[in-house]
Amino acid sequence: MMNDMLIPVVGVVTDIRRDTPDVKTFRVVGLDGKKCFEHMPGQCAMLSIPGVSEAMFSITSSPTNTEYMEFSIKKCGCLTDWLHSIDVGQQVTVRGPYGNGFPVEEDLKGKNLIFIAGGIGLAPLRSVINYVRANRSNYGKVTIVYGSRSMDDLVDFEEIKNEWANEKDFNVHLTIDRPQEGWDGHVGFVPAYVKELNLNAADTVLLCGPPIMIKFTLAALIELGFNKTQVFTTMELRMKCGIGKCGRCNIGDKYVCKDGPVFRCDQLDEMPAEY
Amino acid sequence: MKKVLDIMQKRAKQLLGEGIVNRVIGWKTGEFGYDQTPAVFTSAAELSSLVYDSFSAPNLSKYLIEETKKEGKALVFLKPCDTYSFNQLIKEHRIDREKVFVIGVECSGKVDINSLKSRGAVGVIGVEDNGEKVIAHTLYGDMEFAKDDVLLEKCRSCKGKQHMVFDELIIVNPVKEEKNDRFIGVDALDAMTPDERFEFWRGQLLKCIRCNACRNVCPACSCIKCVFDNQNSGVASKASPDTFEEQMYHVIRAFHVAGRCTDCGECTRVCPQDIPLHLLNRKLIKDMNAFYGEYQAGTDTDSRAPLTNYTKEDVEPNVISDKGGDK
Amino acid sequence: MFKIKKNSLNKLYAAIAEAQTLYIPCNVNGKPNFAVWGEGADVDLASLKTVKSAKEVFFPQCEDIVSFKTKGKEITVIDCRKESEDFVVFGVRACDAKSFEILDKVFLSDPVDTFYKTKREHGTVITLACSRPEESCFCSAFGIDCAEPSGDVATYFSGEYLYWSPKTEKGLNLTNSLKNLLEIANDKDNLALENEQKNIREITKKLPLYGLDLSKWGADDLLEKFNSEKWQELSSACLGCGACTFVCPTCQCYDVRDFDKGNGVQRYRCWDSCMYNDFTMMAHGTPRPTQMQRFRQRFMHKLVYFPSNNGGEFSCVGCGRCVEKCPINMNIVKVIKAFGGEGK
Repeated sequence: MMNDMLIPVVGVVTDIRRDTPDVKTFRVVGLDGKKCFEHMPGQCAMLSIPGVSEAMFSITSSPTNTEYMEFSIKKCGCLTDWLHSIDVGQQVTVRGPYGNGFPVEEDLKGKNLIFIAGGIGLAPLRSVINYVRANRSNYGKVTIVYGSRSMDDLVDFEEIKNEWANEKDFNVHLTIDRPQEGWDGHVGFVPAYVKELNLNAADTVLLCGPPIMIKFTLAALIELGFNKTQVFTTMELRMKCGIGKCGRCNIGDKYVCKDGPVFRCDQLDEMPAEY
Repeated sequence: MKKVLDIMQKRAKQLLGEGIVNRVIGWKTGEFGYDQTPAVFTSAAELSSLVYDSFSAPNLSKYLIEETKKEGKALVFLKPCDTYSFNQLIKEHRIDREKVFVIGVECSGKVDINSLKSRGAVGVIGVEDNGEKVIAHTLYGDMEFAKDDVLLEKCRSCKGKQHMVFDELIIVNPVKEEKNDRFIGVDALDAMTPDERFEFWRGQLLKCIRCNACRNVCPACSCIKCVFDNQNSGVASKASPDTFEEQMYHVIRAFHVAGRCTDCGECTRVCPQDIPLHLLNRKLIKDMNAFYGEYQAGTDTDSRAPLTNYTKEDVEPNVISDKGGDK
Repeated sequence: MFKIKKNSLNKLYAAIAEAQTLYIPCNVNGKPNFAVWGEGADVDLASLKTVKSAKEVFFPQCEDIVSFKTKGKEITVIDCRKESEDFVVFGVRACDAKSFEILDKVFLSDPVDTFYKTKREHGTVITLACSRPEESCFCSAFGIDCAEPSGDVATYFSGEYLYWSPKTEKGLNLTNSLKNLLEIANDKDNLALENEQKNIREITKKLPLYGLDLSKWGADDLLEKFNSEKWQELSSACLGCGACTFVCPTCQCYDVRDFDKGNGVQRYRCWDSCMYNDFTMMAHGTPRPTQMQRFRQRFMHKLVYFPSNNGGEFSCVGCGRCVEKCPINMNIVKVIKAFGGEGK
């Protein structure tokens, strides 16, 4: 019988990195030691621990990474609590890839890119950022604006500091919500910081974070002269099948699992505000 | 019945006009004359679509849980049996009594459209009730039934025509009290052997589609978060690969409402598969009556229910094994 | 066209059931539902509608997807799928037959749902024309002719006979296997049947919901419909139960759950309802916290979202089960009318 998308494969967790007090990054490979499947930046996968639950997570590693996939997961519910308690060697089930991903080979090509992330919202963007680094000549200048509640809540801090900040034509701007001992960088919320930074309104924006942060950042961008057609963001709703059939993750006539999770902000205006 | 409706409309308009209430909760007519929907009316004009007749069966008391959280006072029309549920909800502090104006309306029993249909009335496009006879106008001709034969289950075992609570009453034709034996169906079940009883319930409960209509309509099921809606409870509210769970759902629910169930019969009325759920509740009511003395939930707002009270006369736990025999 | 005497139907059922499983409306503990035919089954083709629709044959309320064995940190995935065996579903009404086409659009579109596909491939659908449409029926609003149902074989009651008309290769194959029970219908039979169909169509025109106007619905004006104030009133009495969803032949939403069997985990799917408050619940909350939103979702899906994604086709076949089963008598007809779709 042909494969069914609802039937997962087994993956092994080969590395667990604690990013923040409530975010861990899990490295997963198939039982054969290879990647479970190929994906494009922004696409997602269903991870599960049988008997606990199954849920959709953004794949944070870049497709250009040929060895493994990574998932940065915030501890916030039944399955994620469980994942945070596992050790290296634990097997999980994986199925995917799901969703449209960012248009890295279409709309984003040749453009100057601005990545704006809040908290765990960096997870889907990290995949794109590393894809851009691996295909550097296809893209223009890169600006990264990333904010979190505190210094300890910045996901992938080591990679940002040691790799992204040193990349040619990469500008990295970090901010935290409140002053903190040991932090000499910017303090303040992302939307306000975006306005201060005087971003070039001709560039293309990839925006990810909590809904409230997206809302205010988008308003700030429009104030700066950006058009909604230049801004890509991601949506997150409850999912069960991942393939547009279980009927759970729709916003109007769009299924986030299939037609998303990446939407251009002008598309969102045509969708009901129910997310 | 028409006269009762006229008085209801007139009085509702008056109370709205005087500002004593700011909305009216009643029934609204449907597509076929028998399919009424509970509705909120906020103006005299809207009240022209208020109906009250042989099909005004839905018990409106549970809606008051949400309605009394809103601003102002609501007028509600309650039939005698609905007032038991209303009282029980007051007792459980689910309804703010101060925010409700209760008008008790007379009731001579409500007609069960499914009963008409199962007796051959196919394609019903209108129903007349003259008190003795019910005439169904159908696409395939008229059919006549004795009203007593086509009453809702809950009306065939009516608790009585007295309203347990009201601010005003609208009674044009006092309805004669009839002595009903509420426990007929239960007696038949009690007469079965345990194996027969088990088969009976298995057959009935296997029909369950887990739509939760019985729970959601039940005035005693007023938990803000039901255990069957809790994903982590292990008994969440959907079909399970284990048929045992379907059966436990109803049994657990019956036990949870025991002592609080007013026997309003809504669970049986709404079940799409006609599972006689009232029998589960009545069995518990009958047993509690036997164990702890006669008790009717909803007759008042302050007495202690048998299962939340302790007296030295309470039955000993071994009554269970005595009654269950060796099963 | 073939025919068989009504009083020989039991022989026909037995002949079909000898070769494959036969699902047919039966009276089971007091209600008509599709059930597996066996000797002594209380077949009920007189009731117009089964409580649950015929979709259950292809998309069961509860269905195993995959099993897992776990040992320490290890997981073994056990693909427990089986190719469906051939089966026949008899007595499907025109509305339910149409619902299969709608479900096909969901489950057979890429990526294909193999659980559904294998049953569709192995199932032969024998439809039954309606003899006595009921007041809750409005299939004609969706272009369905209840006197001429689709299916692999269409059947019709008229006089002393059940008439039998194969429509597809599958239907022909089944017909050939039953040749010794079926008589060939003559011109007189054909005429009688045509008259019968004419009568049924006349009745259809007298139904109270005949002429229900769907021209206001479809993919257009999505936001205008969504933002309408009418939803609040329409949904105000909704109990948030799943009766409408679970009797609906086109509702296709499902939940995926794990069941710990003690010696392994069974992952299964089961029908779910967008009317339930946990349907879209996530760790940080739900985008549809009110019953109004959940109610709106159900009808917007059937009348706007589905047409938007499927060339204008509605996800409703007018079977009227929801009209009959809603505990508070709120239903899709009232919704359609509230937005200007008045009937005749």
